[in-house]
Amino acid sequence: MLKYGYFAMLLFTVLGSFWLEIALRVRVLRRVGRVALSVLPVAAVFTIWDAYAIHRGHWRFDPAQIVGKFGPFHIPIEEYLFFLIVPIAAIMTLEAVRNVKKHWPVGDEAQ
Amino acid sequence: MSYTQLAVTSVLLAGALDMWAIRTRLLISKVFWTSYAIIVSFQLLTNWWLTSRNIVIYDRHAITGVRIASAPVEDLLFGFALVLGVLALWVFWGRRENQRAARARK
Repeated sequence: MLKYGYFAMLLFTVLGSFWLEIALRVRVLRRVGRVALSVLPVAAVFTIWDAYAIHRGHWRFDPAQIVGKFGPFHIPIEEYLFFLIVPIAAIMTLEAVRNVKKHWPVGDEAQ
Repeated sequence: MSYTQLAVTSVLLAGALDMWAIRTRLLISKVFWTSYAIIVSFQLLTNWWLTSRNIVIYDRHAITGVRIASAPVEDLLFGFALVLGVLALWVFWGRRENQRAARARK
């Protein structure tokens, strides 16, 4: 179980935010294209940062607490998932706040 | 560059993207700061999990050593830049869709 230490954090983030998709009808996952255009460019920049930081030894991961699968630049698979899940959770939070506070402008309202 | 320098740079870049490059101006909106308040409370919890259990281990020479709930303060800046960058792009693409739809109606 120890090797799912990092994965547990990702699961917690999914459980803590994705229910908004149903309960508050934030309809984020349905807007796949807009999600991709918003998340992927930022995730790409942070992946480069991650690769640099790992290379320079700014941070490292306990081999016993990750599943041990790696993507490009020898970055753990959990990190890639982090850069997808956390941004989507953030978007869902923004959309949930919008749904609750309908009079607050976001800046993308239909004219 | 150290983690501290990169973390500060990332916040400045995300802020510049939001305020000037794509002019989404989330930094001066109530909706962003309310969302961020919710996000950061969860982030403190997840950062605490990753750092207190030593899932992620930092080189002490790359950070200031200031820690909040076990995590380096740099992690909060990292998270802030990530969230602001993504949300600014999200609003930008939404605005573009509406502008296109408005033009198509004319």
